[in-house]
Amino acid sequence: MVTFTSFPNPKDSFSYAPPKFSTEDKNDMDIDVYEDDDDGEDFDSGTKLTCPGEPITSSHAYMRGHGTFIDQETVISSVAGTIERVNKLVSVRAIRTRYNAEVGDLIVGRITEVQPRRWKVDANSRQDAVLMLSSINLPGGVQRRKLESDELQIRQFFEEGDLLVAEVQSFFADGTMSLHTRSLTYGKLRNGQLVCVPPILIRRLKSHFVSLPCNVDLILGLNGYIWVSKHINQNRRPGEEGLDAESVYSNQNEAIDAPTRMAISRVTNLIKVLASHFVPLSDVILLEAYEWAIENDVEVKDLTQTDVCEALILTVGTKG
Amino acid sequence: MASRVEILNDGGFRSDGRKQYELRDIIIDLSQQGSADGSVVLSHGLTQVSASVFGPREAKMRSQTLHDRANINVEVTIAPFSMGERRKRSRNDKRVLDFASTIKATFEPAIQTSLYPRSQVDIYINVLQQDGGVLQACINATTLALAAAGIPLLDFVCAVTGGVQSASPLLDLTTLEENDIPHLTVAMMPRTGNITLLTMETRLHVDRFEEIFQLATSAGHVLHREMKAAIKDRTRTLVAAMSVAPKAVGEKDPVYSERMDDS
Repeated sequence: MVTFTSFPNPKDSFSYAPPKFSTEDKNDMDIDVYEDDDDGEDFDSGTKLTCPGEPITSSHAYMRGHGTFIDQETVISSVAGTIERVNKLVSVRAIRTRYNAEVGDLIVGRITEVQPRRWKVDANSRQDAVLMLSSINLPGGVQRRKLESDELQIRQFFEEGDLLVAEVQSFFADGTMSLHTRSLTYGKLRNGQLVCVPPILIRRLKSHFVSLPCNVDLILGLNGYIWVSKHINQNRRPGEEGLDAESVYSNQNEAIDAPTRMAISRVTNLIKVLASHFVPLSDVILLEAYEWAIENDVEVKDLTQTDVCEALILTVGTKG
Repeated sequence: MASRVEILNDGGFRSDGRKQYELRDIIIDLSQQGSADGSVVLSHGLTQVSASVFGPREAKMRSQTLHDRANINVEVTIAPFSMGERRKRSRNDKRVLDFASTIKATFEPAIQTSLYPRSQVDIYINVLQQDGGVLQACINATTLALAAAGIPLLDFVCAVTGGVQSASPLLDLTTLEENDIPHLTVAMMPRTGNITLLTMETRLHVDRFEEIFQLATSAGHVLHREMKAAIKDRTRTLVAAMSVAPKAVGEKDPVYSERMDDS
Protein backbone atom coordinates (compact mmCIF):
# COMPACT_ATOMS: atom_id res chain seq x y z
CA MET A 1 0.00 0.00 0.00
CA VAL A 2 1.30 3.41 -0.92
CA THR A 3 0.25 6.39 1.04
CA PHE A 4 2.14 9.58 0.39
CA THR A 5 3.22 11.03 -2.89
CA SER A 6 4.62 14.48 -3.15
CA PHE A 7 6.00 16.17 -6.15
CA PRO A 8 9.02 18.45 -6.01
CA ASN A 9 8.51 22.05 -6.94
CA PRO A 10 9.93 22.47 -10.40
CA LYS A 11 10.41 26.18 -9.85
CA ASP A 12 13.60 25.37 -8.01
CA SER A 13 15.10 23.47 -10.87
CA PHE A 14 14.09 25.86 -13.68
CA SER A 15 13.51 23.01 -16.06
CA TYR A 16 10.64 20.63 -16.57
CA ALA A 17 12.76 17.83 -17.91
CA PRO A 18 11.32 14.55 -16.69
CA PRO A 19 13.59 12.60 -14.39
CA LYS A 20 15.62 10.15 -16.38
CA PHE A 21 14.30 6.69 -15.71
CA SER A 22 17.68 5.09 -16.17
CA THR A 23 19.28 6.89 -13.27
CA GLU A 24 16.19 6.61 -11.13
CA ASP A 25 15.99 2.91 -11.55
CA LYS A 26 19.56 2.31 -10.47
CA ASN A 27 18.54 0.56 -7.29
CA ASP A 28 16.42 -1.90 -9.24
CA MET A 29 19.04 -2.41 -11.86
CA ASP A 30 21.77 -3.47 -9.51
CA ILE A 31 20.39 -6.95 -9.82
CA ASP A 32 22.64 -8.43 -12.34
CA VAL A 33 20.81 -11.62 -12.93
CA TYR A 34 23.59 -13.19 -14.81
CA GLU A 35 26.32 -12.91 -12.21
CA ASP A 36 24.73 -14.65 -9.26
CA ASP A 37 23.27 -17.72 -10.94
CA ASP A 38 23.19 -20.22 -8.15
CA ASP A 39 22.48 -17.97 -5.25
CA GLY A 40 18.80 -18.69 -5.50
CA GLU A 41 16.20 -16.00 -5.08
CA ASP A 42 16.47 -13.44 -2.40
CA PHE A 43 12.98 -12.14 -1.88
CA ASP A 44 13.83 -9.31 0.42
CA SER A 45 16.01 -7.43 -2.03
CA GLY A 46 13.68 -8.17 -4.94
CA THR A 47 16.26 -10.12 -6.87
CA LYS A 48 15.07 -11.75 -10.07
CA LEU A 49 11.66 -10.11 -9.85
CA THR A 50 10.59 -7.76 -12.56
CA CYS A 51 7.56 -5.89 -13.84
CA PRO A 52 6.32 -4.59 -17.20
CA GLY A 53 8.56 -2.13 -18.98
CA GLU A 54 11.63 -2.90 -16.92
CA PRO A 55 14.89 -3.37 -18.88
CA ILE A 56 16.56 -6.73 -18.18
CA THR A 57 19.64 -6.99 -20.34
CA SER A 58 21.19 -6.23 -23.71
CA SER A 59 19.73 -8.04 -26.69
CA HIS A 60 23.20 -8.54 -28.15
CA ALA A 61 24.30 -10.98 -25.49
CA TYR A 62 20.97 -12.70 -24.81
CA MET A 63 17.96 -14.04 -26.66
CA ARG A 64 14.50 -12.98 -25.60
CA GLY A 65 12.01 -15.59 -24.40
CA HIS A 66 8.41 -15.47 -23.24
CA GLY A 67 7.32 -12.43 -21.29
CA THR A 68 9.88 -10.14 -22.87
CA PHE A 69 10.29 -7.93 -25.92
CA ILE A 70 13.12 -6.04 -27.55
CA ASP A 71 13.24 -2.29 -27.88
CA GLN A 72 16.36 -0.39 -28.85
CA GLU A 73 18.64 -3.38 -28.39
CA THR A 74 17.45 -4.02 -24.86
CA VAL A 75 15.48 -7.00 -23.64
CA ILE A 76 12.55 -5.63 -21.68
CA SER A 77 10.12 -7.47 -19.47
CA SER A 78 6.44 -7.31 -20.41
CA VAL A 79 4.92 -9.09 -17.40
CA ALA A 80 5.34 -9.03 -13.63
CA GLY A 81 7.09 -12.15 -12.42
CA THR A 82 10.37 -13.93 -12.00
CA ILE A 83 13.25 -13.77 -14.47
CA GLU A 84 14.39 -17.16 -15.69
CA ARG A 85 17.43 -17.88 -17.77
CA VAL A 86 18.44 -20.97 -19.72
CA ASN A 87 21.87 -20.42 -21.23
CA LYS A 88 21.37 -17.43 -23.53
CA LEU A 89 17.59 -17.41 -23.36
CA VAL A 90 16.03 -14.93 -20.98
CA SER A 91 12.35 -15.21 -20.18
CA VAL A 92 10.00 -13.86 -17.55
CA ARG A 93 7.50 -16.16 -15.92
CA ALA A 94 4.38 -14.27 -14.92
CA ILE A 95 3.24 -14.89 -11.38
CA ARG A 96 -0.45 -14.86 -12.30
CA THR A 97 -1.54 -15.62 -15.79
CA ARG A 98 -3.81 -17.81 -17.82
CA TYR A 99 -2.84 -21.41 -18.46
CA ASN A 100 -0.23 -21.93 -21.16
CA ALA A 101 -0.74 -25.38 -22.57
CA GLU A 102 1.93 -27.87 -23.55
CA VAL A 103 1.44 -31.11 -25.43
CA GLY A 104 0.83 -34.00 -23.03
CA ASP A 105 -0.61 -31.86 -20.22
CA LEU A 106 -3.53 -33.26 -18.30
CA ILE A 107 -6.38 -30.81 -18.04
CA VAL A 108 -9.88 -30.63 -16.65
CA GLY A 109 -12.31 -28.65 -18.76
CA ARG A 110 -15.94 -27.83 -19.37
CA ILE A 111 -17.78 -28.10 -22.66
CA THR A 112 -18.97 -24.66 -23.75
CA GLU A 113 -20.23 -25.35 -27.24
CA VAL A 114 -21.14 -28.23 -29.52
CA GLN A 115 -20.14 -27.78 -33.15
CA PRO A 116 -20.21 -30.14 -36.12
CA ARG A 117 -17.87 -33.04 -35.32
CA ARG A 118 -16.22 -31.19 -32.45
CA TRP A 119 -16.71 -29.65 -29.02
CA LYS A 120 -15.34 -26.41 -27.64
CA VAL A 121 -13.89 -26.82 -24.15
CA ASP A 122 -13.22 -24.07 -21.63
CA ALA A 123 -9.80 -24.89 -20.18
CA ASN A 124 -8.87 -21.62 -18.42
CA SER A 125 -6.66 -20.86 -21.37
CA ARG A 126 -6.55 -17.89 -23.71
CA GLN A 127 -8.89 -19.60 -26.13
CA ASP A 128 -11.34 -22.45 -25.83
CA ALA A 129 -9.78 -25.81 -26.60
CA VAL A 130 -11.13 -28.11 -29.30
CA LEU A 131 -12.10 -31.73 -28.74
CA MET A 132 -12.70 -33.55 -32.01
CA LEU A 133 -15.23 -36.34 -32.27
CA SER A 134 -12.42 -38.43 -33.73
CA SER A 135 -10.27 -37.99 -30.63
CA ILE A 136 -12.65 -39.50 -28.09
CA ASN A 137 -13.20 -43.12 -27.26
CA LEU A 138 -16.33 -44.14 -29.08
CA PRO A 139 -18.48 -46.70 -27.34
CA GLY A 140 -18.21 -50.24 -28.59
CA GLY A 141 -14.50 -50.72 -28.99
CA VAL A 142 -11.39 -48.57 -28.91
CA GLN A 143 -10.51 -49.02 -32.54
CA ARG A 144 -13.93 -48.36 -34.02
CA ARG A 145 -14.16 -45.84 -36.87
CA LYS A 146 -16.48 -42.92 -36.37
CA LEU A 147 -19.71 -43.18 -38.22
CA GLU A 148 -22.20 -40.68 -39.49
CA SER A 149 -24.57 -41.76 -36.76
CA ASP A 150 -22.00 -40.72 -34.17
CA GLU A 151 -21.92 -37.24 -35.68
CA LEU A 152 -25.68 -36.99 -35.48
CA GLN A 153 -25.85 -38.03 -31.85
CA ILE A 154 -22.81 -36.04 -30.73
CA ARG A 155 -24.69 -34.75 -27.68
CA GLN A 156 -24.96 -38.29 -26.34
CA PHE A 157 -21.25 -38.19 -25.61
CA PHE A 158 -20.73 -34.65 -24.34
CA GLU A 159 -23.20 -31.83 -23.89
CA GLU A 160 -22.77 -28.16 -23.02
CA GLY A 161 -21.73 -27.86 -19.39
CA ASP A 162 -20.26 -31.34 -19.08
CA LEU A 163 -16.94 -31.64 -17.30
CA LEU A 164 -14.20 -33.83 -18.67
CA VAL A 165 -10.61 -34.75 -18.11
CA ALA A 166 -8.43 -34.84 -21.21
CA GLU A 167 -4.89 -34.58 -22.48
CA VAL A 168 -3.50 -31.87 -24.75
CA GLN A 169 -2.89 -33.58 -28.07
CA SER A 170 -1.56 -30.86 -30.36
CA PHE A 171 -1.90 -27.24 -31.36
CA PHE A 172 -3.51 -25.67 -34.39
CA ALA A 173 -1.73 -23.00 -36.40
CA ASP A 174 -3.35 -20.16 -34.44
CA GLY A 175 -2.38 -21.61 -31.08
CA THR A 176 -5.69 -23.24 -30.18
CA MET A 177 -5.15 -26.52 -28.42
CA SER A 178 -6.63 -29.80 -29.46
CA LEU A 179 -7.55 -32.34 -26.78
CA HIS A 180 -8.04 -36.07 -26.76
CA THR A 181 -9.68 -38.50 -24.35
CA ARG A 182 -8.42 -41.68 -26.02
CA SER A 183 -7.58 -43.44 -22.80
CA LEU A 184 -9.66 -45.20 -20.20
CA THR A 185 -8.46 -42.79 -17.56
CA TYR A 186 -9.87 -39.77 -19.44
CA GLY A 187 -13.47 -38.89 -20.13
CA LYS A 188 -16.53 -37.45 -18.52
CA LEU A 189 -16.40 -36.49 -14.85
CA ARG A 190 -19.04 -37.46 -12.34
CA ASN A 191 -19.53 -37.90 -8.57
CA GLY A 192 -17.71 -34.81 -7.42
CA GLN A 193 -17.01 -31.14 -7.32
CA LEU A 194 -14.84 -28.68 -9.29
CA VAL A 195 -12.40 -26.22 -7.71
CA CYS A 196 -10.58 -23.52 -9.65
CA VAL A 197 -7.14 -22.29 -8.58
CA PRO A 198 -4.43 -20.23 -10.31
CA PRO A 199 -2.68 -22.58 -12.80
CA ILE A 200 0.79 -21.70 -11.51
CA LEU A 201 -0.04 -23.48 -8.24
CA ILE A 202 -0.28 -26.85 -9.96
CA ARG A 203 3.12 -28.28 -10.64
CA ARG A 204 3.84 -31.12 -13.02
CA LEU A 205 3.63 -34.28 -10.96
CA LYS A 206 4.34 -37.90 -11.74
CA SER A 207 0.64 -38.56 -11.66
CA HIS A 208 -2.15 -36.03 -11.64
CA PHE A 209 -4.64 -38.64 -10.48
CA VAL A 210 -4.35 -38.59 -6.71
CA SER A 211 -6.18 -40.87 -4.31
CA LEU A 212 -6.45 -39.59 -0.78
CA PRO A 213 -7.00 -42.22 1.93
CA CYS A 214 -10.21 -40.47 2.96
CA ASN A 215 -12.11 -42.12 0.12
CA VAL A 216 -11.58 -39.10 -2.16
CA ASP A 217 -10.05 -39.00 -5.63
CA LEU A 218 -8.44 -35.87 -7.01
CA ILE A 219 -7.64 -34.92 -10.56
CA LEU A 220 -5.20 -32.01 -10.58
CA GLY A 221 -5.62 -30.43 -14.01
CA LEU A 222 -2.58 -28.43 -15.04
CA ASN A 223 -4.89 -25.64 -16.13
CA GLY A 224 -5.83 -24.94 -12.53
CA TYR A 225 -9.10 -26.86 -12.51
CA ILE A 226 -9.25 -29.57 -9.89
CA TRP A 227 -11.82 -32.33 -9.77
CA VAL A 228 -12.58 -33.69 -6.32
CA SER A 229 -14.68 -36.83 -6.39
CA LYS A 230 -15.72 -40.01 -4.66
CA HIS A 231 -13.10 -42.75 -4.78
CA ILE A 232 -13.72 -45.29 -7.48
CA ASN A 233 -12.11 -48.64 -7.10
CA GLN A 234 -9.43 -49.04 -9.72
CA ASN A 235 -10.52 -52.48 -10.86
CA ARG A 236 -14.17 -51.47 -10.87
CA ARG A 237 -13.62 -48.52 -13.22
CA PRO A 238 -16.25 -48.47 -15.90
CA GLY A 239 -15.19 -49.56 -19.30
CA GLU A 240 -12.39 -51.83 -18.19
CA GLU A 241 -13.71 -54.58 -20.38
CA GLY A 242 -15.62 -53.31 -23.38
CA LEU A 243 -16.78 -49.71 -23.39
CA ASP A 244 -20.46 -49.18 -23.22
CA ALA A 245 -21.95 -45.77 -23.76
CA GLU A 246 -24.13 -45.96 -20.68
CA SER A 247 -21.31 -46.09 -18.16
CA VAL A 248 -18.65 -43.89 -19.80
CA TYR A 249 -20.85 -41.07 -21.01
CA SER A 250 -23.51 -41.37 -18.33
CA ASN A 251 -24.78 -38.19 -16.71
CA GLN A 252 -26.03 -39.97 -13.60
CA ASN A 253 -24.09 -39.61 -10.38
CA GLU A 254 -23.68 -42.67 -8.24
CA ALA A 255 -25.02 -42.71 -4.71
CA ILE A 256 -22.56 -40.92 -2.43
CA ASP A 257 -22.87 -41.49 1.30
CA ALA A 258 -22.73 -38.68 3.86
CA PRO A 259 -19.14 -39.24 5.15
CA THR A 260 -17.82 -39.20 1.58
CA ARG A 261 -19.71 -36.01 0.85
CA MET A 262 -18.15 -34.48 3.97
CA ALA A 263 -14.71 -35.62 2.87
CA ILE A 264 -15.18 -34.16 -0.59
CA SER A 265 -16.29 -30.79 0.80
CA ARG A 266 -13.45 -30.80 3.31
CA VAL A 267 -10.85 -31.41 0.60
CA THR A 268 -12.51 -28.74 -1.57
CA ASN A 269 -12.36 -26.18 1.20
CA LEU A 270 -8.77 -27.07 1.99
CA ILE A 271 -7.81 -26.52 -1.64
CA LYS A 272 -9.57 -23.16 -1.64
CA VAL A 273 -7.77 -22.09 1.54
CA LEU A 274 -4.37 -23.20 0.29
CA ALA A 275 -4.94 -21.52 -3.09
CA SER A 276 -6.04 -18.26 -1.49
CA HIS A 277 -2.70 -18.19 0.34
CA PHE A 278 -0.90 -19.06 -2.89
CA VAL A 279 0.48 -22.37 -1.66
CA PRO A 280 1.44 -24.74 -4.50
CA LEU A 281 -0.71 -27.86 -4.38
CA SER A 282 0.59 -31.39 -4.32
CA ASP A 283 -0.64 -34.71 -2.99
CA VAL A 284 1.70 -34.43 0.00
CA ILE A 285 0.53 -31.01 1.10
CA LEU A 286 -3.15 -31.85 0.65
CA LEU A 287 -2.80 -34.98 2.72
CA GLU A 288 -0.99 -33.04 5.41
CA ALA A 289 -3.69 -30.39 5.43
CA TYR A 290 -6.41 -33.03 5.59
CA GLU A 291 -4.76 -34.74 8.53
CA TRP A 292 -4.42 -31.40 10.27
CA ALA A 293 -8.13 -30.71 9.78
CA ILE A 294 -9.04 -34.11 11.21
CA GLU A 295 -6.61 -33.86 14.13
CA ASN A 296 -7.87 -30.44 15.14
CA ASP A 297 -11.45 -31.52 14.65
CA VAL A 298 -12.27 -28.57 12.39
CA GLU A 299 -15.74 -28.59 10.95
CA VAL A 300 -15.96 -28.39 7.17
CA LYS A 301 -17.80 -25.09 7.25
CA ASP A 302 -15.29 -23.55 9.66
CA LEU A 303 -12.35 -24.24 7.39
CA THR A 304 -12.73 -21.03 5.46
CA GLN A 305 -12.69 -18.80 8.53
CA THR A 306 -9.70 -16.50 8.68
CA ASP A 307 -8.15 -17.71 11.93
CA VAL A 308 -8.49 -21.36 10.94
CA CYS A 309 -6.95 -20.59 7.54
CA GLU A 310 -3.95 -18.93 9.11
CA ALA A 311 -3.41 -21.77 11.57
CA LEU A 312 -3.56 -24.22 8.69
CA ILE A 313 -1.10 -22.29 6.54
CA LEU A 314 1.31 -22.04 9.49
CA THR A 315 1.28 -25.79 10.14
CA VAL A 316 1.59 -26.69 6.49
CA GLY A 317 4.42 -24.21 6.03
CA THR A 318 6.51 -25.41 8.95
CA LYS A 319 6.13 -29.14 8.48
CA GLY A 320 7.83 -31.22 5.87
CA MET B 1 -16.40 33.09 -13.16
CA ALA B 2 -15.15 33.78 -9.69
CA SER B 3 -15.79 31.10 -7.12
CA ARG B 4 -16.27 31.59 -3.43
CA VAL B 5 -13.53 29.15 -2.65
CA GLU B 6 -10.08 30.25 -3.67
CA ILE B 7 -8.43 27.75 -6.00
CA LEU B 8 -4.98 28.89 -5.01
CA ASN B 9 -4.62 31.24 -2.07
CA ASP B 10 -1.93 33.83 -1.45
CA GLY B 11 0.10 31.40 0.58
CA GLY B 12 0.31 29.07 -2.40
CA PHE B 13 -2.06 26.47 -0.98
CA ARG B 14 -5.01 24.88 -2.72
CA SER B 15 -8.47 24.35 -1.31
CA ASP B 16 -7.56 20.94 0.12
CA GLY B 17 -4.28 22.16 1.60
CA ARG B 18 -2.00 20.89 -1.11
CA LYS B 19 0.75 22.82 -2.84
CA GLN B 20 0.61 23.51 -6.57
CA TYR B 21 2.49 20.43 -7.71
CA GLU B 22 1.52 18.09 -4.93
CA LEU B 23 -0.28 14.90 -5.89
CA ARG B 24 -2.95 13.36 -3.72
CA ASP B 25 -2.31 10.21 -1.68
CA ILE B 26 -2.64 7.08 -3.72
CA ILE B 27 -3.75 3.81 -2.20
CA ILE B 28 -3.30 0.65 -4.21
CA ASP B 29 -5.05 -2.53 -3.14
CA LEU B 30 -4.17 -5.47 -5.38
CA SER B 31 -6.05 -8.17 -3.50
CA GLN B 32 -8.01 -10.82 -5.38
CA GLN B 33 -11.62 -9.98 -6.25
CA GLY B 34 -13.83 -12.87 -7.21
CA SER B 35 -12.67 -14.85 -10.20
CA ALA B 36 -10.93 -11.96 -11.96
CA ASP B 37 -7.46 -12.64 -13.35
CA GLY B 38 -6.29 -9.28 -12.11
CA SER B 39 -8.04 -6.75 -9.95
CA VAL B 40 -7.26 -3.56 -8.12
CA VAL B 41 -8.93 -0.87 -6.04
CA LEU B 42 -7.14 2.42 -6.55
CA SER B 43 -7.71 5.70 -4.74
CA HIS B 44 -6.37 9.09 -5.70
CA GLY B 45 -7.38 11.07 -2.66
CA LEU B 46 -11.17 10.81 -2.55
CA THR B 47 -11.52 9.41 -6.06
CA GLN B 48 -11.85 5.67 -5.89
CA VAL B 49 -11.99 3.23 -8.76
CA SER B 50 -12.00 -0.56 -8.92
CA ALA B 51 -10.85 -2.41 -12.03
CA SER B 52 -11.05 -6.12 -12.87
CA VAL B 53 -9.37 -7.76 -15.82
CA PHE B 54 -10.44 -11.09 -17.30
CA GLY B 55 -8.53 -12.83 -19.98
CA PRO B 56 -7.13 -13.25 -22.47
CA ARG B 57 -10.07 -15.58 -22.99
CA GLU B 58 -12.43 -16.77 -25.69
CA ALA B 59 -14.56 -13.90 -26.97
CA LYS B 60 -18.17 -14.08 -25.92
CA MET B 61 -19.33 -12.87 -29.32
CA ARG B 62 -17.67 -14.48 -32.29
CA SER B 63 -18.11 -11.29 -34.34
CA GLN B 64 -15.74 -9.53 -31.97
CA THR B 65 -12.76 -11.80 -32.61
CA LEU B 66 -9.86 -10.44 -34.60
CA HIS B 67 -7.81 -12.99 -36.46
CA ASP B 68 -4.42 -11.40 -35.81
CA ARG B 69 -4.68 -9.95 -32.33
CA ALA B 70 -6.72 -9.88 -29.14
CA ASN B 71 -9.75 -7.67 -28.86
CA ILE B 72 -9.87 -5.31 -25.89
CA ASN B 73 -13.28 -4.81 -24.35
CA VAL B 74 -13.70 -2.02 -21.82
CA GLU B 75 -16.85 -1.57 -19.78
CA VAL B 76 -17.24 1.31 -17.36
CA THR B 77 -19.93 1.69 -14.74
CA ILE B 78 -20.29 4.76 -12.61
CA ALA B 79 -21.90 4.03 -9.29
CA PRO B 80 -24.95 6.24 -8.66
CA PHE B 81 -23.63 7.07 -5.20
CA SER B 82 -20.20 8.10 -6.46
CA MET B 83 -20.84 11.84 -6.49
CA GLY B 84 -22.57 14.47 -4.41
CA GLU B 85 -25.77 14.41 -6.40
CA ARG B 86 -27.18 10.93 -6.78
CA ARG B 87 -27.58 10.13 -10.45
CA LYS B 88 -28.10 6.88 -12.22
CA ARG B 89 -26.53 6.50 -15.63
CA SER B 90 -27.86 3.94 -18.03
CA ARG B 91 -25.63 1.32 -19.58
CA ASN B 92 -25.76 3.09 -22.94
CA ASP B 93 -25.05 6.57 -21.64
CA LYS B 94 -23.12 8.40 -24.37
CA ARG B 95 -20.62 9.88 -21.96
CA VAL B 96 -19.84 6.58 -20.31
CA LEU B 97 -19.42 4.82 -23.66
CA ASP B 98 -17.13 7.60 -24.82
CA PHE B 99 -15.17 7.26 -21.61
CA ALA B 100 -14.77 3.52 -22.17
CA SER B 101 -13.60 3.98 -25.75
CA THR B 102 -11.05 6.57 -24.57
CA ILE B 103 -9.63 4.02 -22.15
CA LYS B 104 -9.59 1.35 -24.83
CA ALA B 105 -7.69 3.66 -27.19
CA THR B 106 -5.22 4.45 -24.41
CA PHE B 107 -4.36 0.81 -23.86
CA GLU B 108 -4.32 -0.40 -27.42
CA PRO B 109 -0.70 0.72 -27.95
CA ALA B 110 0.38 -0.59 -24.54
CA ILE B 111 -0.96 -4.17 -24.56
CA GLN B 112 0.82 -6.73 -26.72
CA THR B 113 -2.41 -7.89 -28.31
CA SER B 114 -0.73 -9.63 -31.24
CA LEU B 115 0.38 -12.42 -28.89
CA TYR B 116 -3.21 -13.56 -28.41
CA PRO B 117 -5.01 -13.81 -31.74
CA ARG B 118 -8.74 -14.52 -31.60
CA SER B 119 -8.89 -13.87 -27.87
CA GLN B 120 -10.45 -11.11 -25.85
CA VAL B 121 -9.30 -9.10 -22.86
CA ASP B 122 -12.17 -7.81 -20.75
CA ILE B 123 -11.61 -4.78 -18.57
CA TYR B 124 -14.41 -3.90 -16.16
CA ILE B 125 -14.11 -0.58 -14.37
CA ASN B 126 -16.28 0.58 -11.50
CA VAL B 127 -16.12 4.19 -10.42
CA LEU B 128 -16.89 4.13 -6.71
CA GLN B 129 -16.15 7.68 -5.66
CA GLN B 130 -15.62 10.77 -7.76
CA ASP B 131 -13.55 13.72 -6.70
CA GLY B 132 -11.85 14.84 -9.87
CA GLY B 133 -9.40 12.96 -12.06
CA VAL B 134 -11.74 10.04 -12.73
CA LEU B 135 -10.18 9.30 -16.11
CA GLN B 136 -6.73 9.40 -14.58
CA ALA B 137 -7.78 6.99 -11.83
CA CYS B 138 -9.43 4.64 -14.35
CA ILE B 139 -6.32 4.50 -16.52
CA ASN B 140 -3.97 3.93 -13.61
CA ALA B 141 -6.26 1.24 -12.15
CA THR B 142 -6.47 -0.52 -15.52
CA THR B 143 -2.69 -0.56 -15.85
CA LEU B 144 -2.33 -2.13 -12.43
CA ALA B 145 -5.07 -4.68 -13.06
CA LEU B 146 -3.54 -5.67 -16.40
CA ALA B 147 -0.12 -6.08 -14.81
CA ALA B 148 -1.67 -8.13 -12.00
CA ALA B 149 -3.42 -10.36 -14.56
CA GLY B 150 -0.11 -11.13 -16.25
CA ILE B 151 -1.14 -9.60 -19.57
CA PRO B 152 1.98 -8.55 -21.51
CA LEU B 153 2.37 -4.79 -21.53
CA LEU B 154 4.98 -2.71 -23.31
CA ASP B 155 5.04 -0.45 -20.30
CA PHE B 156 2.93 0.94 -17.50
CA VAL B 157 0.52 3.67 -18.55
CA CYS B 158 0.47 6.48 -16.00
CA ALA B 159 -2.11 9.24 -16.20
CA VAL B 160 -2.26 12.60 -14.46
CA THR B 161 -4.52 15.63 -14.76
CA GLY B 162 -3.10 19.11 -14.90
CA GLY B 163 -4.76 22.50 -14.95
CA VAL B 164 -3.89 26.14 -14.84
CA GLN B 165 -5.23 28.79 -12.46
CA SER B 166 -4.47 32.21 -14.05
CA ALA B 167 -0.74 31.67 -14.61
CA SER B 168 0.04 28.98 -12.08
CA PRO B 169 -0.19 25.32 -13.12
CA LEU B 170 -1.75 22.74 -10.78
CA LEU B 171 -1.54 18.95 -10.77
CA ASP B 172 -4.03 16.21 -9.85
CA LEU B 173 -7.20 18.30 -9.67
CA THR B 174 -10.20 17.75 -7.43
CA THR B 175 -13.79 18.19 -8.64
CA LEU B 176 -13.82 21.73 -7.28
CA GLU B 177 -10.77 22.66 -9.29
CA GLU B 178 -11.89 20.76 -12.39
CA ASN B 179 -15.14 22.71 -12.46
CA ASP B 180 -13.36 26.02 -12.29
CA ILE B 181 -10.18 25.93 -14.29
CA PRO B 182 -9.06 24.64 -17.70
CA HIS B 183 -7.49 21.21 -17.45
CA LEU B 184 -6.14 18.28 -19.45
CA THR B 185 -5.39 14.60 -18.80
CA VAL B 186 -2.14 13.07 -19.98
CA ALA B 187 -1.43 9.34 -20.09
CA MET B 188 2.19 8.43 -20.73
CA MET B 189 4.45 5.40 -20.86
CA PRO B 190 7.37 6.21 -18.58
CA ARG B 191 10.11 4.12 -20.19
CA THR B 192 9.90 5.71 -23.62
CA GLY B 193 8.05 8.87 -22.64
CA ASN B 194 5.42 8.11 -25.29
CA ILE B 195 2.04 9.74 -24.81
CA THR B 196 -0.89 7.38 -25.34
CA LEU B 197 -3.62 9.84 -24.42
CA LEU B 198 -4.02 13.57 -24.19
CA THR B 199 -7.50 14.86 -23.69
CA MET B 200 -8.99 18.22 -22.95
CA GLU B 201 -12.62 19.12 -22.39
CA THR B 202 -12.07 22.78 -21.65
CA ARG B 203 -10.37 25.57 -23.52
CA LEU B 204 -6.77 26.09 -22.53
CA HIS B 205 -4.51 28.89 -23.70
CA VAL B 206 -1.91 27.57 -26.11
CA ASP B 207 0.92 29.36 -24.28
CA ARG B 208 0.07 27.53 -21.07
CA PHE B 209 -0.20 24.16 -22.74
CA GLU B 210 3.45 23.19 -22.90
CA GLU B 211 4.15 23.98 -19.27
CA ILE B 212 1.24 21.89 -17.98
CA PHE B 213 1.99 19.13 -20.42
CA GLN B 214 5.61 18.86 -19.29
CA LEU B 215 4.58 18.97 -15.65
CA ALA B 216 1.99 16.25 -16.08
CA THR B 217 4.54 14.09 -17.88
CA SER B 218 7.04 14.35 -15.08
CA ALA B 219 4.29 13.69 -12.53
CA GLY B 220 3.63 10.50 -14.50
CA HIS B 221 7.11 9.31 -13.60
CA VAL B 222 6.34 9.82 -9.92
CA LEU B 223 3.14 7.80 -10.22
CA HIS B 224 5.02 5.14 -12.15
CA ARG B 225 7.39 4.65 -9.25
CA GLU B 226 4.53 4.08 -6.83
CA MET B 227 2.65 1.75 -9.16
CA LYS B 228 5.77 -0.25 -9.89
CA ALA B 229 6.50 -0.57 -6.18
CA ALA B 230 2.98 -1.89 -5.57
CA ILE B 231 3.21 -4.48 -8.35
CA LYS B 232 6.68 -5.59 -7.25
CA ASP B 233 5.51 -5.88 -3.69
CA ARG B 234 2.66 -8.14 -4.71
CA THR B 235 4.91 -10.27 -6.90
CA ARG B 236 7.37 -10.62 -4.05
CA THR B 237 4.62 -11.68 -1.63
CA LEU B 238 3.23 -14.28 -4.02
CA VAL B 239 6.64 -15.69 -4.91
CA ALA B 240 7.52 -15.91 -1.23
CA ALA B 241 4.23 -17.67 -0.45
CA MET B 242 4.89 -20.21 -3.16
CA SER B 243 8.34 -21.08 -1.86
CA VAL B 244 7.32 -21.61 1.76
CA ALA B 245 5.29 -24.74 1.27
CA PRO B 246 6.94 -28.14 1.12
CA LYS B 247 7.12 -29.71 -2.29
CA ALA B 248 5.97 -33.04 -3.58
CA VAL B 249 8.33 -35.94 -3.09
CA GLY B 250 11.23 -35.80 -5.47
CA GLU B 251 10.78 -32.17 -6.36
CA LYS B 252 13.70 -30.07 -5.22
CA ASP B 253 13.48 -26.40 -4.57
CA PRO B 254 16.80 -24.70 -3.84
CA VAL B 255 15.27 -21.89 -1.84
CA TYR B 256 13.28 -24.17 0.38
CA SER B 257 16.12 -26.52 1.16
CA GLU B 258 18.36 -23.55 1.82
CA ARG B 259 15.92 -22.19 4.35
CA MET B 260 15.67 -25.55 6.02
CA ASP B 261 19.44 -25.65 6.42
CA ASP B 262 19.42 -22.31 8.16
CA SER B 263 16.90 -23.25 10.78
